[in-house]
Amino acid sequence: MIPEVTLNQVLILAAMLFSIGLVGVLVRRNTLFVLISLEVMLNATGLAFIAAGSFWNQPEGQIMFLAVVTLGAAEVAVGLGLVLVLFRHYKSVDIDLVNELRG
Amino acid sequence: MQQTLFNLIFYLTSAVAVASTLIMVTRHNAVHGLLYLIVSSLAMAIIFYLLGAPFAAALEVIIYAGAVMILFVFVVMMLNLGQRSVQQERDWLKPGIWLGPSLLSLVLFAVVMVGFYGQGSATEMHIVDARQVGIALFGPYLLVVELASFLLLAGLIGAFHIAREPKTPVQPSPPTDAETAP
Repeated sequence: MIPEVTLNQVLILAAMLFSIGLVGVLVRRNTLFVLISLEVMLNATGLAFIAAGSFWNQPEGQIMFLAVVTLGAAEVAVGLGLVLVLFRHYKSVDIDLVNELRG
Repeated sequence: MQQTLFNLIFYLTSAVAVASTLIMVTRHNAVHGLLYLIVSSLAMAIIFYLLGAPFAAALEVIIYAGAVMILFVFVVMMLNLGQRSVQQERDWLKPGIWLGPSLLSLVLFAVVMVGFYGQGSATEMHIVDARQVGIALFGPYLLVVELASFLLLAGLIGAFHIAREPKTPVQPSPPTDAETAP
């Protein structure tokens, strides 16, 4: 049993979540929140892929979702490692502290 | 009757997902934001299930609400930010700071909305179960599995290398000074 939703409605939901995540990435200065918002954006992308896959009755949508989830997991592991290094050096998680390439 | 119930569940879950994500972005405390992200992930899992993707719904719960969240919680525990950072967040989140990016994102969303508007056909969604996904994943898309394992290994080694504590603290002066001094 599947609700009667059109592809457009799901894509609008995905665009909504993506915009909220984009606002989080742009506005927050806490690096942890930037990473969380990136996760939300990736999640919204996955929703769009799954909606397309279900719409055309193809498994490729979920396979792309799998790839997106893997990417998100690897990204968050490296990103949290960078947060730890940032906090060790500056005793803060302000992302504006690392706007220079020189250490 | 059952159809209307499912539609209602879909709209309700979508509202919960959007609302919890909005609240998450505006929290001052990182742990509160993480808890709202869990709600958002679970709502997304329900949406995936309703769209006919039960495998993806299970993955969403296991990976996002499980593994990624544990990573974030561990890092928050290691950082031990405390009340000072909450006050700092309160100072950072002034309307002058968030108004501009929010308006620009709203414009972007409106543009996308105009693009989507009125192009929907009433074709129904189909259920794509785990069997179909597995057959496709380990048949023509086997390379994706291999690449995913490479990527995860690279992420593991990269995270370990970046976050490792330096064993010996870096000396400000080279050791040759001490030898040449006397």
